[in-house]
Amino acid sequence: MIDKEFITTYYGYFLEGSKITLMISLIGVIFGTILGVIVCLLKLSKIKILRFIASSYIEVIRGTPLLLQLYIVYYGLPMALPFELSRMTLGTIAVFLNSSAYIAEIFRAGINSIDKGQMEAAKSLGMSNGISMRYVILPQAFKNVLPALGNEFITLIKESAIVSVVGIHDIMYNSDTLRGITYKPFMPLVYAALIYFIMTFTLSNVVAKIEGSMKESD
Amino acid sequence: MIDIVNLNKSFGELNVLKDINVSINKGEVVVVIGPSGSGKSTFLRCINLLEQPTSGDIIFQGNSILGKELDIEKYRQKIGMVFQQFNLFNNKTVIENITLAPIKVKNMSKAEAEDIAMKLLKRINLEDKKDEYPNKLSGGQKQRVAIARALAMKPDAILFDEPTSALDPEMVGEVLELMKELAIEGMTMIVVTHEMSFAREVASRVIFMDEGEIIEDSSPEEIFTNPKNQRTKTFLNKILKC
Repeated sequence: MIDKEFITTYYGYFLEGSKITLMISLIGVIFGTILGVIVCLLKLSKIKILRFIASSYIEVIRGTPLLLQLYIVYYGLPMALPFELSRMTLGTIAVFLNSSAYIAEIFRAGINSIDKGQMEAAKSLGMSNGISMRYVILPQAFKNVLPALGNEFITLIKESAIVSVVGIHDIMYNSDTLRGITYKPFMPLVYAALIYFIMTFTLSNVVAKIEGSMKESD
Repeated sequence: MIDIVNLNKSFGELNVLKDINVSINKGEVVVVIGPSGSGKSTFLRCINLLEQPTSGDIIFQGNSILGKELDIEKYRQKIGMVFQQFNLFNNKTVIENITLAPIKVKNMSKAEAEDIAMKLLKRINLEDKKDEYPNKLSGGQKQRVAIARALAMKPDAILFDEPTSALDPEMVGEVLELMKELAIEGMTMIVVTHEMSFAREVASRVIFMDEGEIIEDSSPEEIFTNPKNQRTKTFLNKILKC
């Protein structure tokens, strides 16, 4: 079943595609985390309007398809900006905007899971909300949500396949290309599936390991 | 130093504190006793505004702390608090627990804060634990570090919310001993506790609370040997028997 010649000839497509997929997912999860923390803090803010903005953002992003968001960013953002962005950048922006809404909720759960006594102790020492958050609550919350962030990264590896529709050369796009140039409509898909699976399976094992070692240190 | 005037606190329909009036003078050790659910902890938490009073006023050094112009954070720096569950910062080492607030809140230099922290650690005999994380300490050690953390801010008064209730019996002594030392040094303390021996020995005044009211407020001798109110008698009988 495995076609040796096919692999030796075309493995470059998969390699390049994997790089792009991993890069989009990694940047997606990093920027998604930064933006997600900000959105989460807004949502926990005492100021009503900030809470409203954050909630709306989260609800809209979670309530619309990623494909649609990708189109809106891909076709809309260039109209709004005076300079040009590459295809890859636009695709990545769509992915991390989408991810940030989910990560904001992950962090909210992480912050809520920290014992209330930690915040009370910080306040009783005269620390402001900001200082307590930054030095006491967020570091602990971050540690708690690390496995969930790992899982978000895994999700992005799979979901980022959608950027192939705007012509970003990720695994999905390149396997489509191979279907065209080799007249083999099926096998490239199997190879693509295999690569996605190896990536996600390996990563979820890594996440499980980290989770295990964190339990020990608690 | 702290005057509590007609303080009321309710959670929805439930009136937890009813018309509390107390004055606490500088250097006093006021022990608050009473059955669980009597509002002792809520009373204590109202004093540093971890709970917002529903009505009434709290006057600290002549100024209302409930006024809009009050800087709550400044005020809290002057009122330390020690919790039943210690609440040491889990992500910080022992010494960082003590130095965090002086550095971030009082803008003290790291060296100066560490100097103060080391003196406090020496005092509570935990110098060798300075780089440990809280989860490596026993309950008694945690509570002593928590007290040191409060002391590092050089507060005018410290609130103790059942500081020994979560401790194994053999560790209660070391914490009470430290508290006794602070009392002798003249620290103003308000202590919610079930340790009657501490109340008897160390308190300048004992307040008995029941169902959100102050039933009796007098010297320890008076309360323990000659309680005026029937509820105080019943409570003390129950507690002192076991």
